[in-house]
Amino acid sequence: MNGNSTHTLRIEGLCASAGGQDILQGVNLEVSSGRVHAVMGPNGSGKSTLAHVVMGRPGYEVTGGSVTLDGVDVLSLAPWERAQAGLFLAMQHPTEVPGVSAAQALAEALALRAGDDIPSVEQLERTRGLLEAEAAAVGLTAELVARPLNVDMSGGEKKRNETVQLAVLQPRIAILDEIDSGLDIDALRACANRIEALTEAGLGVLAITHFTRVLEYLRPDEVHVIVDGRIVDSGGPELADALEEDGYAPYLPEEPDVGVAVSIGGIGSSLAAEAGPSPAEDPFADPWADPLDELG
Amino acid sequence: MFTPDLVDALDGSDALTKRRHAAADRAVATGMPSFTEEVWRYTPIDDLDAGLYAFGAPGGAAGPPGLMAGVDGDAAAVVHITNGAVVDVSVQADGVRVSTLGAGADDLIGTVAPEGPDVFGDWNLALTSAPVVVSIDPKAVLAAPIVVHVHTDVEGLTWFPRLVVMAGRTSQATVIEHHTGGESPALICPLTELSVADGAHLGHVTVQELGGAAWQIANLCSDVGRDANLRIGHVAMGGAYARARIGTDMTGRGGHSEIDAVYFGRDNSTLDFRTFQTHVAPHTTSDLLFKGAVDDHARAVYTGLIRIEADASQVVANQTNRNLKLSPNAWAESVPNLEIENNDVQCSHASSIGPVDADQRFYLESRGVPTDVAEALVVRGFFDEVLDALPSEQISASVRQRIDELVSDAYFAVAVR
Repeated sequence: MNGNSTHTLRIEGLCASAGGQDILQGVNLEVSSGRVHAVMGPNGSGKSTLAHVVMGRPGYEVTGGSVTLDGVDVLSLAPWERAQAGLFLAMQHPTEVPGVSAAQALAEALALRAGDDIPSVEQLERTRGLLEAEAAAVGLTAELVARPLNVDMSGGEKKRNETVQLAVLQPRIAILDEIDSGLDIDALRACANRIEALTEAGLGVLAITHFTRVLEYLRPDEVHVIVDGRIVDSGGPELADALEEDGYAPYLPEEPDVGVAVSIGGIGSSLAAEAGPSPAEDPFADPWADPLDELG
Repeated sequence: MFTPDLVDALDGSDALTKRRHAAADRAVATGMPSFTEEVWRYTPIDDLDAGLYAFGAPGGAAGPPGLMAGVDGDAAAVVHITNGAVVDVSVQADGVRVSTLGAGADDLIGTVAPEGPDVFGDWNLALTSAPVVVSIDPKAVLAAPIVVHVHTDVEGLTWFPRLVVMAGRTSQATVIEHHTGGESPALICPLTELSVADGAHLGHVTVQELGGAAWQIANLCSDVGRDANLRIGHVAMGGAYARARIGTDMTGRGGHSEIDAVYFGRDNSTLDFRTFQTHVAPHTTSDLLFKGAVDDHARAVYTGLIRIEADASQVVANQTNRNLKLSPNAWAESVPNLEIENNDVQCSHASSIGPVDADQRFYLESRGVPTDVAEALVVRGFFDEVLDALPSEQISASVRQRIDELVSDAYFAVAVR
């Protein structure tokens, strides 16, 4: 699907809320073919919400702004239409779908893309073959990828399974929501290498992450810092290095009462959460995020 | 209408006739049930007018193959019971015997359920016109299933199919009971008894595909002996009101039972399930999984009881009921219960009722699968584990295909997609 043409996902002034709480407060981002953008931010900054809203997950309300893919209004499309248009979301917590294999699901998607209403036996077999080949590339067995989607898989296996599906579907722009969480270093390397190869072939990537570790492999062209639902800083890869050093403290407001800068989750270290607000007190806590996972 | 005087017109030994009269007296004394009784809660039982149905045994032709297409060909035995009469019996394998009224069946009726378990069970003993006993010899191992077709196509008929399965010690067999019917009203009250002797492995599947105007009030009673294994499958697809009361009595130490049910309610049907996992002996285990969908204006009721008696230590018993609501006008109720008189046991129960899971749908949509296809995949997938668990691969395959058709019909208004 990538072809040689350039595709662009453009997010402008995106505002969204969930459960009556404003989470995204005017996000601007542009991701084009072959480019890797990293979005980093502390807990509750709106990272996962951004991924979900762009893909159209139910439960969020878009209150302003726009998202377009090659000029097409993404927000007016159903989630599956967004996927058919070339978007992909690798989920932070891939959902278990009992009784439905990746081959069944992806064959439906690929058949539709090819203009067929119902996948043929050949398309199903071809999808199965593609899945097995891509599974091998990230160290998953054929048996595992033939299972019902994400059922009885470890956290790391689910993430590799997301990478496998990404590689089979070959979208134009992929949003990776904490693709690194739950992956050991070998699996991370395998997944990142596969994604990097896809970007060289034209895939545009929006990688959402807490940690710089994954960026050593994904090698972003641009790094963005999101705080309180806004992009507060953007730069080259060197920005990730700065975050590794200083954490998000420079971007966070001072605690009015205590008067100490708050640092949530020093990057790459789980020990640095010195005075992080508890989720209950954090007005921007992302209700969709798994706190355990966010804390890494 | 069923009345005690009907007993005198039926065949059978004197001893059986005496038991029939006693059962009829019990049934009359009990009277017809009401939905105010807990075991009839959520049912349309008060709408039942037995006076609209005529008792009889006119017989007739064998029923259609339906979901059983191709199963009879290599069956160990095939029995056809139509409109209250046994119309055909053929036994192909050694180790299995089929007996009928006045020809060996009389004394075995009531082996597991001498009474009840409810008023329809008592009426069944009193008025069963075509009881069939299937006996599997001790140590016999039957690879092919024994198939009993029960068909009703006389308008307004009421009758009482009775099947007794005697699985001898350490025998292995599978019995499939297939209920079919025409589109006209009928009231069918089957009772099945499963006696699983020590060390025996018995599979029993009921495939219910009655017409949309039929009422069925069914009972299944079983007794599982020492180190015996009983796997019950229940497939419920039709009927205006189709009730199945399924009980497993774990009376022998080391026995195991499993009940797996698949149901799909459409139109205005009510599917009603009452299960009783009764653990009498220690070191017994039971697993129950009921999964169903309700579409259109259909209703489904599940109430289940795990009962652990005082002497039954070291018991493991599980019960799970999951319901998918495919239409806003469909309705389901699920009531799991535990009654435990021994502390040294592990029991669990779980139930759910709801529409297609939004997260599962979104996950598939995020891959590019259209909403209706995604939902159809989720619904089919929902049935997967329970279809795999049915104790007959042939039935699993044909029911899986039927569910594919029903799901296609529900989502795409086409027969197969």
